[in-house]
Amino acid sequence: MNKVNIQIDDINLEVPENSTIMEACDKVGIHIPRLCYHPILSNEGACRICIVEVDGIYNYLPSCSTYVFDGMKIKTNSPEIRQARRDLVELMLDNHPMDCQLCVRNGNCELQALSYKLGVRERLFEGVRKSYELDLSSDSVVRNAEKCILCGQCIRVCANVQGVYNLSQHHRGVNTIVTPAFLSSMENSVCVKCGQCINVCPTAAFTEKDYTEKIWAALNDPDIFVIAQTAPSIRAAIAEGFGHPPGVNGTGQMITALRRLGFDAVFDTNFGADLTIVEESVEFLKRLESGEKLPMITSCSPGWIKFLEHFFPELIPNASTCKSPMQMVSTLLKTYYAEKNNLDPKKIFVVGVMPCTAKKFESRRPEHYNVEGGYPYTDAVITTRELIWMIKAYGIDFNHLPKGNFDLPLGFSTGAGDIFGSTGGVMEATLRTCQAKLTGIQNQELEYFDVRNVEGLREASIKIGDKVLNIAIANGLNNAKTILNRVKNKEKEYHIVEIMACLGGCVAGGGQPIPDVGEFIYPLDKNMIKLRAKALYDIDENKSIRRAHENPYIEKLYEEYLGKPGGELAYKLLHTHYHPRLPKGI
Amino acid sequence: MGKILDNFNKLRNELDPASTDAQKQEKIIIQIGSATCEKAAGSDAVRAEFEKLINASGRSDIIIKQTGCTGRCSQEPIVGVFMPDNIPVKYKQVYVDKVPQIFQEHILGKKPVTSLMLDKTTDKLYSHVVTFCSSSNCKINEKFTEVFSKKMKEYNLSDDEIRILQGGCIGLCSAEERDNNGVMMVFPENVIYSFKTVEELEQIFDLHFIKKKIDEDHIRHTQHLTEQFIRFYGDVSFFNKQTRITLRNCGIIDPEDLGDYIHAKGFEALSNCLDEGQPDNIIDTISKSGLRGRGGGGYPTGLKWKQTVTENPDPIKYVICNADEGDPGAFMDRSALEGDPFSIVEGMTIGAYAIRATKGFVYIRAEYPLAIKRIENAINKAREKNLLGKNILGSDFSFDIEIRLGAGAFVCGEETALIHSIEGKRGQPRMRPPYPSKVGLWGHPTCINNVETWANVPAIILYGADWFSRIGTEGSKGTKVFALAGKVKNTGLVEVPMGTTLREIIYDIGGGIPDNKSLKAVQTGGPSGGCIPFDKIDTIVDYETLKAAGSMMGSGGMIILDEADCIVSTAKFFLEFTKDESCGKCLPCREGTYRMLEILERITNGTAVMEDLDKLERLSNLVKRTSLCGLGQSAPNPILSTLHNFREEFEIHIKEKRCPTQRCQQLITYTIVPELCTGCLLCQRRCPVSCINGLPKKPHTIIQEFCIKCGECFNACKFDAIIKR
Amino acid sequence: MFEEDYNLDKEITDYIDWCKEQEHPESYLIAILHKIQEKYGYLSQENMYEVAQKLRVPTSFVSGVATFYHYFRLKPRGYFHISICLGTACFVKGADLVLKAFQNELGIEIGETTSDGVFSIEGARCIGVCALAPVLMINDAVYGNVKPTQVSELLSSLRAKYNQEKKVSA
Repeated sequence: MNKVNIQIDDINLEVPENSTIMEACDKVGIHIPRLCYHPILSNEGACRICIVEVDGIYNYLPSCSTYVFDGMKIKTNSPEIRQARRDLVELMLDNHPMDCQLCVRNGNCELQALSYKLGVRERLFEGVRKSYELDLSSDSVVRNAEKCILCGQCIRVCANVQGVYNLSQHHRGVNTIVTPAFLSSMENSVCVKCGQCINVCPTAAFTEKDYTEKIWAALNDPDIFVIAQTAPSIRAAIAEGFGHPPGVNGTGQMITALRRLGFDAVFDTNFGADLTIVEESVEFLKRLESGEKLPMITSCSPGWIKFLEHFFPELIPNASTCKSPMQMVSTLLKTYYAEKNNLDPKKIFVVGVMPCTAKKFESRRPEHYNVEGGYPYTDAVITTRELIWMIKAYGIDFNHLPKGNFDLPLGFSTGAGDIFGSTGGVMEATLRTCQAKLTGIQNQELEYFDVRNVEGLREASIKIGDKVLNIAIANGLNNAKTILNRVKNKEKEYHIVEIMACLGGCVAGGGQPIPDVGEFIYPLDKNMIKLRAKALYDIDENKSIRRAHENPYIEKLYEEYLGKPGGELAYKLLHTHYHPRLPKGI
Repeated sequence: MGKILDNFNKLRNELDPASTDAQKQEKIIIQIGSATCEKAAGSDAVRAEFEKLINASGRSDIIIKQTGCTGRCSQEPIVGVFMPDNIPVKYKQVYVDKVPQIFQEHILGKKPVTSLMLDKTTDKLYSHVVTFCSSSNCKINEKFTEVFSKKMKEYNLSDDEIRILQGGCIGLCSAEERDNNGVMMVFPENVIYSFKTVEELEQIFDLHFIKKKIDEDHIRHTQHLTEQFIRFYGDVSFFNKQTRITLRNCGIIDPEDLGDYIHAKGFEALSNCLDEGQPDNIIDTISKSGLRGRGGGGYPTGLKWKQTVTENPDPIKYVICNADEGDPGAFMDRSALEGDPFSIVEGMTIGAYAIRATKGFVYIRAEYPLAIKRIENAINKAREKNLLGKNILGSDFSFDIEIRLGAGAFVCGEETALIHSIEGKRGQPRMRPPYPSKVGLWGHPTCINNVETWANVPAIILYGADWFSRIGTEGSKGTKVFALAGKVKNTGLVEVPMGTTLREIIYDIGGGIPDNKSLKAVQTGGPSGGCIPFDKIDTIVDYETLKAAGSMMGSGGMIILDEADCIVSTAKFFLEFTKDESCGKCLPCREGTYRMLEILERITNGTAVMEDLDKLERLSNLVKRTSLCGLGQSAPNPILSTLHNFREEFEIHIKEKRCPTQRCQQLITYTIVPELCTGCLLCQRRCPVSCINGLPKKPHTIIQEFCIKCGECFNACKFDAIIKR
Repeated sequence: MFEEDYNLDKEITDYIDWCKEQEHPESYLIAILHKIQEKYGYLSQENMYEVAQKLRVPTSFVSGVATFYHYFRLKPRGYFHISICLGTACFVKGADLVLKAFQNELGIEIGETTSDGVFSIEGARCIGVCALAPVLMINDAVYGNVKPTQVSELLSSLRAKYNQEKKVSA
């Protein structure tokens, strides 16, 4: 790699010739203000906030997308540059609602932070502001075009990472607006509700649909038995909302906090994860034996399932019919648990705390309603972010809480359930159980490092007994597309495919905490994802039971209530079905 | 002679054998303009009428030929009548009702209808027209014309016999001719003489005009570039100050006929290039000629070509013709494409050969259906004759051209946006570098030039870099086509050598300002350019000079503003345009133009304060320095240049809430002069918002708070009792 | 939007098939949209959806492109489509006032069609007839030197023409 000599604000340095000015500046500790920049989502130079002055060039150049050349002299901080950046941010604010105090991103908004940092203290160019209707159509994602600063990151994450291509800019100039095709609502689109647009949005142009109001009301109603269940990856990320770095295990405090909020019982979605493995293994072994509907594709990720229905309807038979862990737990709460504790299922209010916005949508799917009773099994789903806010709203000092434990029986889980939150986790958990069932030997290999990685697309052949299983793991739906096309075109023969809608799996789901502004961690940051995943693997490692089917409460559940795995009642309660959806995805 | 030239000559003979030429000589040709502007003015009906009359007359020696636009838009439809051995006659504004008269009197009766002649250059017919080249390059000696007149008197030849004209550069000054002091063309014999001394001129005179013999000693046999043009139009003052390189064939040849083009030296440059087989030499020639991009930026064309070859070793390369002419009021490219599409095809093919591209694209506005049809036809005809396609003219060079339509986005004139548009995407630009010469269409090196640039290429190859570089100024070589519009008598297209002053263009060619009004400013460069005030009217046309005057060359729009035009409204007009055309990608252009427009609106509706001017300037400079592409970077130019030159007018709008030209509706006040008002109630009845009070036969009053300034009362009043201020 | 609802003309679907055989099929999107507009007068959602499916270009990109370029119309045009040239020459000669007169008379904005479907107005870029400025086009006919005061009368005569033509066709 050739190196070039450049000068940044009187600092001389040597950098590789294909570096951008921004990269060079980062190296010497000069943080150039930026807004539309994202290391993998943009190299667009659209917001112009990161402009610098280069000797001999009249125009200011965006440091994110201008490459260095030998002898380049850069000024990052002249009075003119600072005024220009200030004016640019003001122009953005002039077309922004500026209702910061009313905004969910208050305090976590890049535009707000920039405007403070760059010293926008008065408005010089104020005029007519754009006005659009709030798009509340979707159960998961709210689109507020008035807050959009047109950085384009949502479009790119939706297209390049998720392969959904639901969003595009429409119209042009000052009328430019980001919407699904035909300027239609989010509901009327191929949106898979993964919520990644929310994670990458610097402002609040995309937010999750707020369900907390319903929950406060339920918690306040003495007649209603309110139950929380928390997904595996909540515990690995919730502490970030209270000042901790990624990867801090906050399970105990989270449980206590939920109790203090007034939840009557706190269960673990991990129990459902264990149960999913048990059901899925039976399903898989049956398919393996008959050779039908292979590969079997996991079905825990509701964003992925919606993607399947829009984009690959012909592969619907391949998806496992198992409900997601959350839906399994919710269903059991309003059947098994209600019967056991003599509760009226209509008086039970189940809240799923999920790293995921698609779960909100999943909970509203008609398949997940009790048809006779007309009630949903899951009443409300909130994201990690919403729970963090509820805890703060309630004045709970999270960091000084005593550690609590989940309630039983649906609060007990094995290590297999914990790792569901990371990409490859479902696969590893399935392999642990299948290995035991296929070979009849317990206590064999527990850790499948072949499948542990945050890379978006992995393939492996794993020997279990005398069988070799070809497996594939995809996270991020664009990677899923690649694998599914291989399946569709019969290029590869897999046995099991694990698909998670979000890059890195649930730990980086669309409902997880958005890194604090100024932490220099970008959404989708690989290191952040790894740290969160490691927290889950650590929990798994420290558990004595690490195979799902060995969960004693699950054994008891089948004994007492469900019969045998894959049996009639289990099939009725724990399985579901899918159907093609329009509009068709491309 | 090589195989390629053989093939070319075979083709030339096949398409245009000498016999046809002879036939043509004997026929009467009625040439009818057929460009979009001509058609809009009714040329199709005129053609039909002539056809009807020809059929009725039963004559087979009268033929109709279509041609492109000459640039004389305000006089269209233009019809030319070419009788053997006569000076061509051009008629202006030939509407259907005038056709029978022309046909009867001129074509059948052989007596031209002088009252309908273009520009009323004359009311009589001359036997000869003599055009002296008067460009600075030829160093014309004034005394030549004097000597000539003297000789005429000597031989009692009246002014009715021979007409003497001073023409602009006729492009004859190739190296060989340069030492000659004088050049003159004689029509209808269509010969060119060159001479050094008075004696030589006298000798020519005696032989040619007295003894009626061609003076073989002084004749130049070189067929020069604009000969046909001058033959047809040289007697019209609008044209003879021009130098036609880009538009050399417009208004001369049938743009749908390959034979016509080849007869006008078409494809000779290409076949020479292929025969020589040295692509690098072509790039050298273009570099040496000093040709710069005519789309606005003025980047040296040769350098661009060279970079496309050297910066990226990728063997797949493309050439693109940027025909997305979007400046409001500019139609140079449309005219060139409609009038001479083959020259674009040839230019692109030469360029492709030089940079080793195998595929070319013409990106053209969908709003130009006729231009699309013509270029499509040109490509197809060229392909039929193996001037495009596999192994062109038997060489080992293969190249083809595809047409891609724009769809109404000005920003697609920016090269990276244009590339995105060809790729089927939203036409938003991207950061440069990398430039398209390195990473272009589908990631391959791509050379993009605009229509006018490509049209210059064959001429430069044919006549040489030296010839071309002698026309123009130090930094700007060759000619530039302008679309002259606004408050000027002769609106239309003009092509002038670089270095011509604005004054010459506006007054000598454009005929000055109509209605005895005075010139206020010249707007060049369209929405990216600026206004040059009257006191800088002697500014010359040259990339750097125009920039220094606060404007730019642009693609060639030239709008003339007179004293009745409001400068603030003009700036607002252009800003409205850029705001609408901003692609929305980068913040300063998207939001900045919007806010600047708001301020301008405040100024024109009387709600602005003086601070707004500072804000306007601050925003202008911000948008200029921080926008991503040329559209945004130049969007503030119309404001900055008008603020610089006409600040006072802005201030009057703000401080006095008055528009000196009464163009800004919101700043107009209508008042009734009681002494003149008869109380007729007419204005009261016309007022759409009923804001006029008054009883019959008593003076009326206007309630200013409710007045919407529609002017209905002003128009209605029969006693001039309403004053507009 | 079901497959059985697909109703693009065969000429257009054949063209899409041809495009798909080319080196960069997606680059023909704009050309296909032009063909559809030429055929149907505007781009309907159904047609764009069908193009997306057949060309395998994401639907959002198709509508993103269609709305970016002002030449494309997303609504049907009126029986009389009036495009008013807003080029510089026409502006200098008062085209903005002519446009305003149309807007006032018809009560619609640029790009809109009257509720009865008779008139639609559009602001056109220079149509190259600067000498006759201000200029407008009604369907394919060019009208030059238009004055704002003539607008009302012009519209009445067009409406009369519309009524008559409707009667004839009925």
